[in-house]
Amino acid sequence: MLELHDVHAYYGNIHALKGVSLTVDEGEVVTLIGSNGAGKSTTLKTISGLLRPRLGEVRFEDGVLNAVPPHQIVSLGISQSPEGRRVFPRMTVAENLEMGAFQRTADATLQEDFKRVYRLFPRLEERRSQRAGTLSGGEQQMLAIGRALMAKPRLLLLDEPSMGLAPVLVELIFDIIRTINQQGTTILLVEQNALMALGVAGRGYILQTGQIVLADSADRLRQNDDVRKAYLGG
Amino acid sequence: MAVAAARLPSPGGLRGLARNETLRNRVIVAGLLLLGVAYPFFYRMIPSAIPAPDLNNLIVMSYYAILALGLNIVVGFAGLLDLGYVAFFAIGAYTAAFLSSPHFDIHLTWWIVVWVAVAIAALSGILLGAPTLRLRGDYLAIVTLGFGEIVPLVFRNLPGDITGANQGIRPIDPPTIPLAGPWGDQLSFSNSNLQLALYLVLALLVFSYWLCQRMRDSRLGRAWMAIREDETAAASMGINTVNTKLLAFALGASLSGFAGAFVGAYQTAIFPESFRFSISITILVVVILGGMGSLRGAVVGAFALQYVNLTFLRWVGQYVNPPLNSVGRSTGIEFLENFVLHSYNFLIFGIVLVVMMVVRPEGLLPTRERKAELHGIGVAAEETAATADEVATHETALEEAGEAVTIEDLPPEDQKRDR
Ligand SMILES: Nc1ncnc2c1ncn2[C@@H]1O[C@H](COP(=O)(O)OP(=O)(O)OP(=O)(O)O)[C@@H](O)[C@H]1O
Ligand SMILES: [Mg+2]
Repeated sequence: MLELHDVHAYYGNIHALKGVSLTVDEGEVVTLIGSNGAGKSTTLKTISGLLRPRLGEVRFEDGVLNAVPPHQIVSLGISQSPEGRRVFPRMTVAENLEMGAFQRTADATLQEDFKRVYRLFPRLEERRSQRAGTLSGGEQQMLAIGRALMAKPRLLLLDEPSMGLAPVLVELIFDIIRTINQQGTTILLVEQNALMALGVAGRGYILQTGQIVLADSADRLRQNDDVRKAYLGG
Repeated sequence: MAVAAARLPSPGGLRGLARNETLRNRVIVAGLLLLGVAYPFFYRMIPSAIPAPDLNNLIVMSYYAILALGLNIVVGFAGLLDLGYVAFFAIGAYTAAFLSSPHFDIHLTWWIVVWVAVAIAALSGILLGAPTLRLRGDYLAIVTLGFGEIVPLVFRNLPGDITGANQGIRPIDPPTIPLAGPWGDQLSFSNSNLQLALYLVLALLVFSYWLCQRMRDSRLGRAWMAIREDETAAASMGINTVNTKLLAFALGASLSGFAGAFVGAYQTAIFPESFRFSISITILVVVILGGMGSLRGAVVGAFALQYVNLTFLRWVGQYVNPPLNSVGRSTGIEFLENFVLHSYNFLIFGIVLVVMMVVRPEGLLPTRERKAELHGIGVAAEETAATADEVATHETALEEAGEAVTIEDLPPEDQKRDR
């Protein structure tokens, strides 16, 4: 479904991605694990079109995304819950969700999707008239995911959904990620919380300073000594 | 809707309240318009002890309101700081002058000319917008500032047979309707008939307001607000940020061109001197004073500021200037001798703006969002009250979702944005 082939990306002179290749197949949850500054968010940006790869290719289904502008990538079926949530602080929860569906104004199934998001996150329904900027961190994370779902993506990109959340909430978020996947959405999950990520994902990639250093099934990555040392606390 | 309200008695009641508020707003607007229409008939009877604006002042207030509504699209909705807004005003006025004056001996009717002016101003907006879109904040402000300076300079410095140079262009044909009657063989909407000119500009203002309201509540309006809040997030939502920002420039500029076409024809003459930087600043002050993003704020701000500028300061000056002048004469202090209060208008606006930023940073009639943002806890109670109402309306919307509900129907919150 998604394939990155030898992708190089730069910020000015900073060589952030040095030949990243990965694939995500329909129906999978794939996780991309790495420490701070490894290039995880950069990888997602090259997929969603916010950053252009200088070399290499990003393929989605049968098309090349390299030169497609971000708003068209959304309509192709890829949406993102960005790092740091980035909800629209002055808009209400409902308005934020509606922004997520920006590409599909006249769609009769929109109402269904509101209901679907509210079923996944009942908390959001309670707070739908509250301004997003006043939500708690966890609620904002729920909103960011819900907003991305409103685009009805076939591929959902999640950038560190567990960041800054209490352990209980992390569990909850990962349960929901699993549910979303079971409902038929393919997911590429960026995480530092390798333990949880490898719990929901079928496969994983380990990213280090802009390069994939390891790719394997989640089970085997969990057993891997290097991975245990670096990302699973021993 | 009525059915849903009946099914849900208590939220229906809340919804009824909301509807009453819309009704109240409509009544207020209708009342104000009626006052505007009746004003020419009675303003001469107002005793001179009351500082009432004359018709010319009222006309200036009205076209400044149109200008403020236009700049509000760029600055208030899309969050792009434009310091050269006067350029489009000049472009609109010059378009009217070129197309209906002896200058090129073209005499198109104003009713067509105005739309040409709008189109050319919109194109100029795109012309300015396209190369500057990548700039943010300060840089954008500087480039637009330059644009606002250059355009009037071009009109002034091109050879006189092209743009009229310093002498400007005159006489410009006024808008007319060939309707014979006691007033002559046609109705003419210029400074030779202030009453009709006032009616015309009020009509233009109502139209502009309606247009802005429609835009704000549309998909485009939501896209502007998303960009204003977080451009990157907006792009990830599938908003074409480049086109959306260009449209803000174009539509903002087109209202400025609209006002410009009116002013050219109303004054029946234009000069490059009249399109100064201070106009850009005045309009920006109006938008900030009224409350960024607020339509009612832009209109009320324009009327308030130009009322103070054109009427109130002069009126106060009648009482303040003579005694100060005579004190100046007897003491030989030149500053007092030549003191004219209204010539300090920009100083006074500056002070007003500073005071406003301290006591009421959200503006006179802010939008819901800005009020909440700037006063945080201060409006918490009010927010909660509004929330109950909104939940209720939202519920009703969900109830009605049986049929296809488009995104336009969905958020009743949107309609409250300006309250
Ligand atoms: N806008 C930018 N300008 C310049 N350098 C950047 C920019 N964004 C990221 N970088 C650099 O690119 C590298 C990869 O950043 P990236 O955000 O992809 O890391 P990450 O793996 O997501 O890290 P984290 O887990 O901390 O979010 C880092 O060295 C970072 O400093
Ligand atoms: Mg990151």
